[in-house]
Amino acid sequence: MPTDVLESPVSVPATPVTATARRPRRRLRTIGSYTLLTVGALIILFPIYVTIVNSLLSPDQLVHQPPPLFPTNPQWHDYSAAWNGGQMSQYVTTSAIMTAIIVVGQLVTSVLAAYAFAFLTFPFKRTLFALCLATLMIPLEVTFITNLDTITSLHWFNTYAGLSIPFLATGFGIFLLRQAFLQIPRDLQEAAQLDGYGHFKFMLRVAVPLARPSLAALAVFSFLGAWNQYLWPLVSTGGTTPLNTVQIGLKQLLGTQVSTIPVSLAGAVIAFVPLVILLLIFQKQLVRSLTAGAVK
Amino acid sequence: MTAVTTAPPVVPDPLGGDGAGAGAARDAGGSSVTRSRRRKQSLLAYLLILPAMMLFGVFSFYPFLRNFKLMLYETPPVPGLPPHYVGLHQIIPTITSTQFTQSLVTTLFLVVLVVPISLLAGLGLAVAAHRKLKGMAVYRVIFSSTVVSSVAVASVVFGTLLNPVVGLLPWLGINPNPPALESSTWALPAVALITIWQFLGLSFIVMLAGLQSVPDELLEAARIDGAGPWTRFWRMTVPLLSPTIFFAGVISTIYAFQAFGAIDILIGSQNAVRLHTNVLIYNIINTLQIENNAGAAAIMSTVLFLILLVLTLLQIRLLERRVSYAN
Repeated sequence: MPTDVLESPVSVPATPVTATARRPRRRLRTIGSYTLLTVGALIILFPIYVTIVNSLLSPDQLVHQPPPLFPTNPQWHDYSAAWNGGQMSQYVTTSAIMTAIIVVGQLVTSVLAAYAFAFLTFPFKRTLFALCLATLMIPLEVTFITNLDTITSLHWFNTYAGLSIPFLATGFGIFLLRQAFLQIPRDLQEAAQLDGYGHFKFMLRVAVPLARPSLAALAVFSFLGAWNQYLWPLVSTGGTTPLNTVQIGLKQLLGTQVSTIPVSLAGAVIAFVPLVILLLIFQKQLVRSLTAGAVK
Repeated sequence: MTAVTTAPPVVPDPLGGDGAGAGAARDAGGSSVTRSRRRKQSLLAYLLILPAMMLFGVFSFYPFLRNFKLMLYETPPVPGLPPHYVGLHQIIPTITSTQFTQSLVTTLFLVVLVVPISLLAGLGLAVAAHRKLKGMAVYRVIFSSTVVSSVAVASVVFGTLLNPVVGLLPWLGINPNPPALESSTWALPAVALITIWQFLGLSFIVMLAGLQSVPDELLEAARIDGAGPWTRFWRMTVPLLSPTIFFAGVISTIYAFQAFGAIDILIGSQNAVRLHTNVLIYNIINTLQIENNAGAAAIMSTVLFLILLVLTLLQIRLLERRVSYAN
């Protein structure tokens, strides 16, 4: 299964015998394909485009009919209003810190555990690995009730600890990295051992560098999950207190008045931009992690 | 380095204990040296998995088990009184209550609205993007772009698109009264629309990956045999992709069962019941946070867990099948 689903040219063009006779039909088909693709792209991009345009309109233009399709007089102050007055700067900081803790934590705990499951022999190995996978079947919808009590009794309510510590380990990450570690040839281990490498040296100098693609996939996947999560930040901070993530902040920012709409739209653009950048840079890794379960 | 293929000789441990390669551990033998080395390796392994296991214990297994205990305690309707033990007596009234059955029906409606449309749309886009054409990479990025959108962003975006005063709807003369998000008929379809848009990117990615694993010769042969695009799609692509479609169906069902953010942001707990948008998970959150009734919340979350468990097991079964195909 190719991991670069989004980039690689896949279908080999047919080479029919009567190439010349088919050419006009093929061209028609190509035009048809482009039309279909462009219509699809426009439908998907339309909501995003309208959001960006509307975030730059004044309240008067916003209710103007027909609605302007281009911001002739862009109102950039809506962005500074969202950033400062709407506290998006604070929300972004909170989300960034929480996401960083979760991504780093998941990478570390997954590397350590996956290494043990891939390279070491110990009693109850299969059982313990099955337990790691079993966590994938216990959804947050079940655990959040007790986890709220737990973080409250630890005085972690509305703190970074409460936001992030419950997510520092992931069964998916252990599974993904174990798979990657198992690909490493036995010869390499034995050679490293001959060179006097201990387990930690082998892990850091050989195993982790060789598993880089999977580590990157896991990092992008956890980033996406942490940045976009909604349920836990909502309940574990009370939703109205200062430690709000971007997602919860957007809810506070959402106004019902016409005059506040551009500000909340600017907030949405601010929340979305880091992820678009993520998609553009790491699309390969993202697709790899998303289809890690779907297709081998 | 690759020349070393023989069994590793016993070397002095440079790092004091953890120097044994994985190969050595599999050596059979009852000598005390091997046994102590094996013990050291086990100890190291337990140390390595300890952080993850502790976190799983505290934040997954303990709450999972405690949920069953919570189900046995009832919170009195009078605030301030502690929950008391009622055994299994709370379970039947909770799952037969109108509020719960209605939330279950609402959730199923949402699933029915979301799953078929997002599958068809994802498949359609994937088929369109499967050809080798110039600029296809750009289209693929666009089609998969909504995979990174969060529910809050999608809610703000569509909340404005559906606004009765701003933008396109009033211009197009579509002025439903009450507005879509305040109507008991259209609020749930609006939430479904947001969920579909958000899921479309993942649906596309999964379908495209599946499509790429279908041998091109098959579709090409059908084309040469004179099958039109419509026939090829329904008679060839869909049957060949059925494992992928089924898989995408399961993950989109799980996704739809867990969706509630758009309801929290655009509709709110006060209006959720009235507008028929009080989905299961939202009902659980409000039972816990507003009614402060952990016992009832635990019962309902167990029902949700069982539904998701069946779906997840189905998903794993499909994965195993797919993986064995690939091998």
